[in-house]
Amino acid sequence: MKFVDEFRDGTLGQKVAAQILGVVEPGRHYKVMEVCGGHTHSIYRYGVDDLLPENVELVHGPGCPVCVIPMGRVDDGIAIAREPGVIFTCFGDMLRVPGSNGTLLDAKAQGADVRMVYSPLDALRIAKAEPDRQVVFFAIGFETTAPSTALTLMRARAEGVENFSCMCNHVTIVPPLRALLESPDLRLDGFIGPGHVSTVVGARPFEFIPADYGRPVVIAGFEPLDILHAIHMILAQLAEGRCEVENQYTRVVPYDGNTRALAAMAEVFALRPHFEWRGLGFISQSALRLSDAYAALDAERRFSVPGVRVADPKACQCGEVLKGVIKPWECKVFGTACTPEHAIGTCMVSPEGACAAYYNYGRFARDRVVA
Amino acid sequence: MTVSSREERILGIIETARSKRPRFKDERITMVHGAGGKATQTLIEGLLAPAFGLEELADAAIVGDGIALTTDSFVVKPLRFPGGSIGELAVNGTVNDLAVAGARPLALSLALILEEGLDSAVLRAEVEAMAEAAAAAGVRIASGDTKVVERGHADGMYVCTTGVGLRDPRAELSPGAVRPGDRVIVSGSIGEHGTAIMLARGDLGLDADIESDTRSLWPAVDAMLGPDVRCIRDATRGGVASVLNEIARAAGVAIVVREGDVPVDPAVAGAAELLGIDPMYVANEGKMVAFVAADAVDETLAALHAVDGCERAAEIGEVKTEPTGMVLVETAFGGRRVMDQLVGDPLPRIC
Repeated sequence: MKFVDEFRDGTLGQKVAAQILGVVEPGRHYKVMEVCGGHTHSIYRYGVDDLLPENVELVHGPGCPVCVIPMGRVDDGIAIAREPGVIFTCFGDMLRVPGSNGTLLDAKAQGADVRMVYSPLDALRIAKAEPDRQVVFFAIGFETTAPSTALTLMRARAEGVENFSCMCNHVTIVPPLRALLESPDLRLDGFIGPGHVSTVVGARPFEFIPADYGRPVVIAGFEPLDILHAIHMILAQLAEGRCEVENQYTRVVPYDGNTRALAAMAEVFALRPHFEWRGLGFISQSALRLSDAYAALDAERRFSVPGVRVADPKACQCGEVLKGVIKPWECKVFGTACTPEHAIGTCMVSPEGACAAYYNYGRFARDRVVA
Repeated sequence: MTVSSREERILGIIETARSKRPRFKDERITMVHGAGGKATQTLIEGLLAPAFGLEELADAAIVGDGIALTTDSFVVKPLRFPGGSIGELAVNGTVNDLAVAGARPLALSLALILEEGLDSAVLRAEVEAMAEAAAAAGVRIASGDTKVVERGHADGMYVCTTGVGLRDPRAELSPGAVRPGDRVIVSGSIGEHGTAIMLARGDLGLDADIESDTRSLWPAVDAMLGPDVRCIRDATRGGVASVLNEIARAAGVAIVVREGDVPVDPAVAGAAELLGIDPMYVANEGKMVAFVAADAVDETLAALHAVDGCERAAEIGEVKTEPTGMVLVETAFGGRRVMDQLVGDPLPRIC
């Protein structure tokens, strides 16, 4: 496949791997966090780890949109889905996230009309095709997906589609990063910055990381060569004593972001004063709600939702995994009580979740492959 | 304990838990139980097999004196799609279950469940498709049944076929025969049927020239059978990945697949990339996975290449001893990873 295969080229991968060897100090252990779940997925999917020297360790970060949805929000979604006449739409991996009493998929098996969509526009299309039904879109994601939700809501309002509404769970990337950097048990040498988020917000919002916390950031694409290249750029900064934001993903990410997408978000959304993140607790000004101008399309105002905060299951250590404090396999329930088919924690549900990526792709002892 | 030995111990615990016979504990049936992955396996191994005293599960059972018996039902949506239709699938699917058991297909019985209001022209077209597919596969449709259900209780029509075949004397096929050192062959480019169905539904707004690969696999099996062919499976629901996982578990071996050697049509690869689906998990209706002795690979591939629909047959991997029961992939990028059983259902009702 053109423009994809080039970034999965094993020969080039070996070359970058050799360059990485050239910039690491042999006695030093490096910890680099990939912020974004998309990177986590690619790292495991392509075995990027296998091309790194042993003293370079990748730590998985909090940027998995499904993983950070708390149980109470899933319960609220299910409550709306069970309302008579409602068609409840969301992205596929959200269907399997457990609330306190089952998943949206369970609600579907019990009769709720829950449908998977690939885009919020698909949900709007369903609303127009079925004017007698209430169609609700359960919006999730960082700044990557927020603009498409915003544009869909703008279109719904412009076209007067009254039976469409949105339950907004959009979150923003900078507040959790700042919370992470403030945490005392953190020991990281640098960050692989989130590529897709940066296509919208640009690279500039990450300047606080080198400025305030003295850690390099390299915004990276999602192909294995992108990630390896970004790791090299981070390690080179460390070797040269530099500390700045660099953009590896220049083919997509403009340094100042996408101003039209940001304008659409500014029109449709407003900051929530605080929002609960799964495993991370409440983080102030870290999530979006519909702005007052769009209140009529806000599912949380149109339907009554329980809005109850549900504590994470005691056994679940998603929070520690999301913060990179423990590896997925170090969680007490990993792979036994918590598996992709019967997940306790969100990190085991989304393909971008660190636990699911490790369970699905990384779960083998590398030295035990025998002829 | 070092980090890596702690990690290895935990991986050991997980594998022990996974190798136990699954128990069926789900409260309700969901679409996932039909996807051909982990949940389907749990349903079959945890509920059906113990109830009927079945031990070795295969596409077709050998009963009596070399008689092979199999059954399959078809609920595909839409009824017609590029490259085929439900009628053609219903014949080829059952013929293929016999073929990969090493049995020459002889006859089918056919059950039709029709929805009130179904357009007769649609039914007639499917009956013709069945007759044509049966003639092409060299099987007789010998008996049948029809039922009609109220509007809304079936999506147009469902089809069930049962097949009888005669085991070929050259066939000594079983997962237990697969041993380390054997090679893995696929009979052609993968993922076409599932992708064609997905695009035919039209709700993805994608357009590509991809046709279902539905066809009888008997000519291909007939061309390759011999003492060095250990086991064959058709890679339907759950795709090639599900077959490999099933065999790795059943034979107690590891399988290593070289991702770069797996034949995938560029249009299929492109659609899968956009949808975030791995073609290894996408259904085929005319492709099989064969395990053959290492020195029989060249001969087998040459035999397959001469058969229609198998021009792109290729060796994609090798059977190893450890880690037992697992399928690993060597990625084209140079890394390694697990290729697990399918969890969840990327695509319901594809066959």
